[in-house]
Amino acid sequence: MTTPVLELRNVNKSFGPIDVLHDISLKVHAGEVLCLLGDNGAGKSTLIKTLAGVHKQTSGQILMDGEELMFERPKDAADRGISTVHQFGGTFPLMSIGRSFFVGVEPVIKWGPFSFFDRKTANETAVKAVREFGITRIDDGDRLIGGLSGGERQALAIARAVHFGARVLILDEPTAALGVKEAAHVLRIVFEARKRGLAIIFITHQVMHAMTVGDHFAVLIRGALAADFRKGEKTREEITDLMAGGEAMAELESEIESYAQSDSETSSAAQ
Amino acid sequence: MKRLNITYLIQQPAMGAMISFVAVILFYVLLGGVELSNLFGAASWVNFAANLGIIALPVGLLMISGELDISIGAMIPAGSMTIAVVSGHYGLPIEVGILATLAVGVSVGLINGILTVRTTVPSLIVTLGTLVAMQGIVLSASVLLTGNASVSLTSPEWAKAIFGQLLGGSYQIIILWWLGFSLLYYVVMHHTHIGNWIFAMGGDKESARNAGIPTQKLTIWLFVLSSTSATFVGMCGAILFNSAQVSGGMLYIFNTIVSVVVGGVILTGGFGSVLGIFFGILTFAIVSQGIYFTDIDRNWSSLIIGVMLLAAVMMNNLFRKMALLGAPKIKTTREAKS
Ligand SMILES: Nc1ncnc2c1ncn2[C@@H]1O[C@H](COP(=O)(O)OP(=O)(O)O)[C@@H](O)[C@H]1O
Ligand SMILES: [Mg+2]
Repeated sequence: MTTPVLELRNVNKSFGPIDVLHDISLKVHAGEVLCLLGDNGAGKSTLIKTLAGVHKQTSGQILMDGEELMFERPKDAADRGISTVHQFGGTFPLMSIGRSFFVGVEPVIKWGPFSFFDRKTANETAVKAVREFGITRIDDGDRLIGGLSGGERQALAIARAVHFGARVLILDEPTAALGVKEAAHVLRIVFEARKRGLAIIFITHQVMHAMTVGDHFAVLIRGALAADFRKGEKTREEITDLMAGGEAMAELESEIESYAQSDSETSSAAQ
Repeated sequence: MKRLNITYLIQQPAMGAMISFVAVILFYVLLGGVELSNLFGAASWVNFAANLGIIALPVGLLMISGELDISIGAMIPAGSMTIAVVSGHYGLPIEVGILATLAVGVSVGLINGILTVRTTVPSLIVTLGTLVAMQGIVLSASVLLTGNASVSLTSPEWAKAIFGQLLGGSYQIIILWWLGFSLLYYVVMHHTHIGNWIFAMGGDKESARNAGIPTQKLTIWLFVLSSTSATFVGMCGAILFNSAQVSGGMLYIFNTIVSVVVGGVILTGGFGSVLGIFFGILTFAIVSQGIYFTDIDRNWSSLIIGVMLLAAVMMNNLFRKMALLGAPKIKTTREAKS
């Protein structure tokens, strides 16, 4: 088998006396989506922050292309091509698309000893990058990030990561705050990024979204890896049960669903 | 071409300030009986705007970056007293006085900046501390060194020509400095990568740092800029009026913040423009100095400033919301296309 782009070997993380991650071992390959599932507080955010250089693991190794890495700060991870997109996409809501796309790496025009921000190039590049991901509604780089829909922001943030050569894309609950249509958009963009050969870590607690894009699944329970399996090896119900820590959640869920259905049927019948 | 539409105009953070400017003039003309030619021919409000503007611009940039500097209130008299004590009381060459004045500004700016980035104390509190401390230092140093709270200064011709002459009999030379600084700030903020960094810092400091922006260094520089600008204004005043006093300057704290906020900068940072701050300064100057040209009793000017501030802030909020939403007209054409 090929060398994984990113590999964790027995990673532990504790904050003082609190152990948050226990002995996590995981692999992500290029062109593959790893879905990280887990209930609130399971340690998903802590895990990806460790990968992004925000936290340092207490013990264990992180390897990229088989080579061990030590991140001192988030910039180190970013320089190696590990890019994190947060739940709300762009972090600068009051900046224009072009300006926020290039924060920290602004294109400039040299003029003697002076250099000026190249707004035209910035806008055109940003718009082109996001349109390549199928978001054709964005055509003006001067629009403010805050004016975009949640899905468009995610798309822009992913397009940005890809444009700047990310090799590992970490998506922290990208679909959590989105409606059905917007979420479908984002899932399509995740597919597109996978097609381009990125290794993707997709964090979610929506099992359906995970099953749509995932090649490989890992379930975290109280900081430990409870399951690690590939696409098609488990059903939706089994995954839901796993996430809930082995309780028969799926059964309960379908019961609630059938109640809701019969409820709406009776109410529509009454009308 | 196609960008010249309502959306684009409304997106400009300076829009609200420009409208405030016109509205205030209209108010004075229609209700105060002001002759426009009198108002525009007068030097008083332009001088006022220049002195205020040189300080309000860097304070505005600080606010865009997410910080605040109120110590400027003490740095204006600190600047004028430094040059008056060094070159007036001790009779050292004016160059030495100028360097000493700017050095005082740079030092306090460094203290403000370093304390702000090294501690978690908000810059409002840090600069409140240096404000009060500098007030005390200026007063006691001046009494200790000169035995007086007011010191006179005679400057050579060239220094007067550059920093403290009256053009056309009533226009202070500092107006030209103000216009020059405004242009410089405009270019840096809107047409260089540094400007982009400052906006990013104000939007989200953590992400800006992760993007590789030297946020701490930049913050310290901005504090140095505002503090030194305040000593510069104090220095020009001392050269112009041939004397310096330990008091004065406190009103500038209030005046700069009002100008900057009327100019469309939001208090949480990350949004604003140099053109907006420029018009905020003009508007404030017209309101507070233009009142003398009206039949309105000047005691009302505070009320007018208060109402103007609230109206301008509400207008800026509205425009920002509209800018975020985009113009409805454009949206429908887009939807029709897709
Ligand atoms: N900086 C921290 N210091 C102490 N405890 C933390 C810190 N960050 C997270 N934790 C704890 O780690 C656990 C996992 O949190 P988190 O990784 O945010 O979970 P998830 O993202 O899966 O909801 C929680 O119990 C949380 O309280
Ligand atoms: Mg989380």
